[in-house]
Amino acid sequence: MIEIHNVHKAFGSLKVIRGVDLEIKKGEVLCLIGASGSGKSTLLQCVNGLEPIQQGEIQVDGISVHAKDTNLNKLRQKLGIVFQQYNAFPHLTALENVALAPRVVKRISKAEARALASKHLKHVGLGDKEDVFPSRLSGGQQQRLAIARALAMEPSYMLFDEVTSALDPELVGEVLDTLRMLKSEGMTMVVVTHDIVFARETGDRIAFFKDGRICEVGEAWQVVNAPREEHTRQFLKRVLA
Amino acid sequence: MFDYTFLWPLVWAEWPQLLAGARVTLEITILSMAVATVAAFPLALARRAGKGLSCQAATIWVEAARNTPCLVQIYMVYFGLGALGLHIGSYFAVLGAITFNNTGYLAEMFRGGLNAVAPQQFNAGRSLGLTAFQTYKNIIFPQVFRIVYFPFVNQITWAMLNSSLGMIIGLRELTGATQMAQSVSFRTFEFFVVAAGLYYAIAKSVQILARVVAWRAFRRA
Repeated sequence: MIEIHNVHKAFGSLKVIRGVDLEIKKGEVLCLIGASGSGKSTLLQCVNGLEPIQQGEIQVDGISVHAKDTNLNKLRQKLGIVFQQYNAFPHLTALENVALAPRVVKRISKAEARALASKHLKHVGLGDKEDVFPSRLSGGQQQRLAIARALAMEPSYMLFDEVTSALDPELVGEVLDTLRMLKSEGMTMVVVTHDIVFARETGDRIAFFKDGRICEVGEAWQVVNAPREEHTRQFLKRVLA
Repeated sequence: MFDYTFLWPLVWAEWPQLLAGARVTLEITILSMAVATVAAFPLALARRAGKGLSCQAATIWVEAARNTPCLVQIYMVYFGLGALGLHIGSYFAVLGAITFNNTGYLAEMFRGGLNAVAPQQFNAGRSLGLTAFQTYKNIIFPQVFRIVYFPFVNQITWAMLNSSLGMIIGLRELTGATQMAQSVSFRTFEFFVVAAGLYYAIAKSVQILARVVAWRAFRRA
């Protein structure tokens, strides 16, 4: 379980997150929606400790992310994250991209790491791209590569940070299909997205962010079809128009 | 009009001296590049930090090394330090000055290389559970290496050619040795044509070797 308690986060004087409480249960898919700059992506970065927080606490399976004595490198193995910019390692083949972290962090043998990477590449539909460099892959393929790379660490949670926002429209589908597949396999996911339709169909719950706070959180269909908050209604009207 | 008669046998008689000079040139080139490569890394990192005493010191080094003539730098080490009572032989004065010069250029090269790697690559590595060191070793440096590789090879050539300034303070590197050898017969033209050929041969060998290494190391990407 991921527990977020009263988290505050500022970049200098800019307050990005102003008191967020949220729980993500095992097996759940939680979608975070809201306008750009409302703090959704920053929250994800805080959850896996890439960003420090000024106040509050985030716990992953009972371990406090920002506590001084927490081994973040170990904790991050539980938390796969995929970014908007795919961030493939350009000097490595697809297979090496996926095999790197298991080999270096988990210290499994090169052969095992390659077998593991091969399995995860097949899983996201890139079985025929093992020896291809990222520069030869489409955006959608690079994003699926990033997903395979995170999955290879066998995380308990997957965090997705606007993973389709940088993609050409015709490539969005293949990445969303991969996310749907992960949901069907029972993966716990936190998905920051601008795709309301996807959030409603794939998310168990949706949290609507506004100005660094959670304005509304509830069952996915309820938040989209019958929002309780006026702000949510206005936001949905704008993005669904 | 052209009634100059080339007298090559005079040059061949001094061939061992020229080779000995070339050997000194190679030594200075290799040693100065090796030391400068090690020294340039902390300088590049200090400059990247953007503030603090070490950044200022690194900036002064880089500015002085890149914006004054290499000959002046050699004079500073040989005569300047000499005037202060620190007497250094011409070999180590040239080695020191060229290393100083190389370090300034390489520091900026490495800094540029580090800046050229997308900053998200670091987070991508850390988010997979790699430590900062593992991320630099496996993800950042291999990319920087590719970016700085050919500029680095240029610097090797540049260091080798700069070492010819050693002649001015009496070092018998290739130019110094050639100067000495021709002073007996004053067949300056012949001697320096051969010296130029040797410089060219060394520079070309370095560049061809570098291409072979690059082909083996980078052909995959």
